[in-house]
Amino acid sequence: MNADANLTEVAPERDIAVAEGDTLVKVKDLSVVFGGLTALDSVSFDIRRGEILGLIGPNGAGKTTCFNAMTGVYKPSQGSVMLEGHSLLGLKKHRITRLGLARTFQNIRLFGEMTALENVAVGLDARHKSGMISAMLRTPRHYREEKQIITRGMELLEFVGIADRALDRAKDLPYGYQRRLEIARALATDPKLLCLDEPAAGFNPAEKEELMELIHTVRDEGYTILLIEHDMKLVMGVTDRIVVLEFGKKIADDIPSAIREDPAVIAAYLGQEEPDATA
Amino acid sequence: MSAHSPLSSAGAKQAEAAGKLGHKRPSWYLRLKSWWNDRSRWQQWLLLLVVVILAYLLPVINPPLITTEPSNDFAISCFNMALYGLVALGLNVVVGQAGLLDLGYIGFFAVGAYTASLWTSPDSPLVHIPYLWTLPLAMIVTVVFGIALGIPTLRLRGDYLAIVTLGFGEIIRLLATIIPVLKGNTGFQNIGRPPGEIDGSPIFSASNGLPWYWFTVTVIVIVMILLGNLERSRVGRAWFAIREDEDAAEIMGVPTFRFKLAAFGTGAALGGLSGALLAGQVGFVNNQKFDVPTSILFLAAVILGGQGNKLGVVIGGAIVAYVPLRFTALGGWKFLIFGVVLVLLMIFRSQGLFGKKPKLLTYTARIRRKVKHEASPEPGDPPHEATASATDRSGIDENTDRSGIDENTDDGDEGGRA
Ligand SMILES: Nc1ncnc2c1ncn2[C@@H]1O[C@H](COP(=O)(O)OP(=O)(O)O)[C@@H](O)[C@H]1O
Ligand SMILES: [Mg+2]
Repeated sequence: MNADANLTEVAPERDIAVAEGDTLVKVKDLSVVFGGLTALDSVSFDIRRGEILGLIGPNGAGKTTCFNAMTGVYKPSQGSVMLEGHSLLGLKKHRITRLGLARTFQNIRLFGEMTALENVAVGLDARHKSGMISAMLRTPRHYREEKQIITRGMELLEFVGIADRALDRAKDLPYGYQRRLEIARALATDPKLLCLDEPAAGFNPAEKEELMELIHTVRDEGYTILLIEHDMKLVMGVTDRIVVLEFGKKIADDIPSAIREDPAVIAAYLGQEEPDATA
Repeated sequence: MSAHSPLSSAGAKQAEAAGKLGHKRPSWYLRLKSWWNDRSRWQQWLLLLVVVILAYLLPVINPPLITTEPSNDFAISCFNMALYGLVALGLNVVVGQAGLLDLGYIGFFAVGAYTASLWTSPDSPLVHIPYLWTLPLAMIVTVVFGIALGIPTLRLRGDYLAIVTLGFGEIIRLLATIIPVLKGNTGFQNIGRPPGEIDGSPIFSASNGLPWYWFTVTVIVIVMILLGNLERSRVGRAWFAIREDEDAAEIMGVPTFRFKLAAFGTGAALGGLSGALLAGQVGFVNNQKFDVPTSILFLAAVILGGQGNKLGVVIGGAIVAYVPLRFTALGGWKFLIFGVVLVLLMIFRSQGLFGKKPKLLTYTARIRRKVKHEASPEPGDPPHEATASATDRSGIDENTDRSGIDENTDDGDEGGRA
């Protein structure tokens, strides 16, 4: 039972300018064009502090593209992304992360040769300040940060349930552990918004359930979450609100029970049921 | 990364098992590793101390068979080996740690040598300063060159960076020929040396390699300690992350450009330092010493020794310098031989002779004790709940001891400092 595992508390350590329930991130008229293909077409939605917002849609709908535009990987052709009222457009990717937008990757991109703990350490370093001099001369700050890595780093690994393999190379970890490590590494940057790109991809239904429980726990710790998932049944249970994309356009934005009844959503998902159940 | 595509967990476990078997590490290597790990901290330090003392004594012992005499003075050969070791150490920061392919490292070496020449040789019109001051000066000048080269080029990736750095190496060599102050083929003579005399003759002279060797080995020891400190810090982690996946590193908050520049600058400084040392020992510098093949030889030293392992690349550098000095008959064949050796190495042991993944945390040993402790709780010691229930997941228990013999060897430096 995973819920029992999460005894460790990993609540965010930073101040957030907006109150619980207020708009934390505002995506407005966001468009991304690849050559002639409009992968994201004028999409707008708000993410409120403390909620789990689901971003769903069939394969190729533009969910990952939306993430990439928000986190600075792709340059949007139009629109804006605001975090706590400040625009993120044009900022360097590492700046955006340090301002509070962390993400996981749909296709796992851990630092394979590093240990699990070292992977998390890279995330924690986003909040650290030691540079060449501090590291070479081993200043008190360096030691303070290194100690924080073993305390908070291990806490995070325990929180996601993989602490027992903290010292194994990431690429030697089982698939499920790798997915969880991605979440721990993103949490380590102490994000204001945690973006999860199909974190349960490749899991069997039981594992998916377990992961959704974990995501719930993450939210209960005080994080705000944007969750991509194309399995609609799965997101219904965990999310507070859902945004539905199809062919790059937003077709719905509502609470789960309303999304379930939405004719446009039903049409979009018709014949799409459980496309990867056998993967 | 092993699991890109969505695998079922069963598939992933299989892949993992295959991965374990697939580790082709010779058994002597593993045995040595676990033996080393079983030593206590002070035993490891003592052993290292013995190795260092032996290294210092090498030219004095002048072992038969190993010696490069009569063709080459052994002490001077030892100096050259140490110098190549230092060069490899610097290049390793760029290539091994940050994963930036630099084919023009010789350029920094040249800049360092010319810095020492210009400020100490009577052939130079510049003001003269004591030789020892040219060592930090050479490092500063090369860092400036490194940053000037790095700012436009470090936005390039892989092959492009290699080509541009190759061009840089050539440009420096050509500048030495073209710019009159650098005196082309005529070069600079009577370059300075560290102070000190015994019986009226200088301690540091071109014909006596011993003090130069000891000086260089001392520099190597200090540099290794400082680089070790860098490695097990935010800087070392950033470099390693960049080498693994630059985009992912950037997205995880690593200012990749800044850290790549830092790696380039650090490498450049050490290249400059090496160049200044060579200029001092030989006492003569001209434009003939800084060709591309030598630059490639530096790279070969790093790859031979094992990218990422500091001691490994020093040994790699020493070997690359040693072989042509010992086997003078090789002459121009040395590049052919190194080429063949490198090809064979890449086929059978692609991580190099002593390649290993460095430790990237200051407190690895402490955390290892903690993890071991929690993974195998003693009776009466209640298991930590989180770990215990995580352990319920399949296929974990077998791994409790693995960390002991895994990648992270020597605990050497917990809290190790200059
Ligand atoms: N880098 C890219 N270059 C060109 N087309 C892309 C790129 N990334 C995504 N696309 C296209 O954009 C569309 C949306 O893709 P994506 O955002 O990955 O979908 P989803 O994550 O919803 O499955 C797809 O048609 C895909 O082929
Ligand atoms: Mg996607």
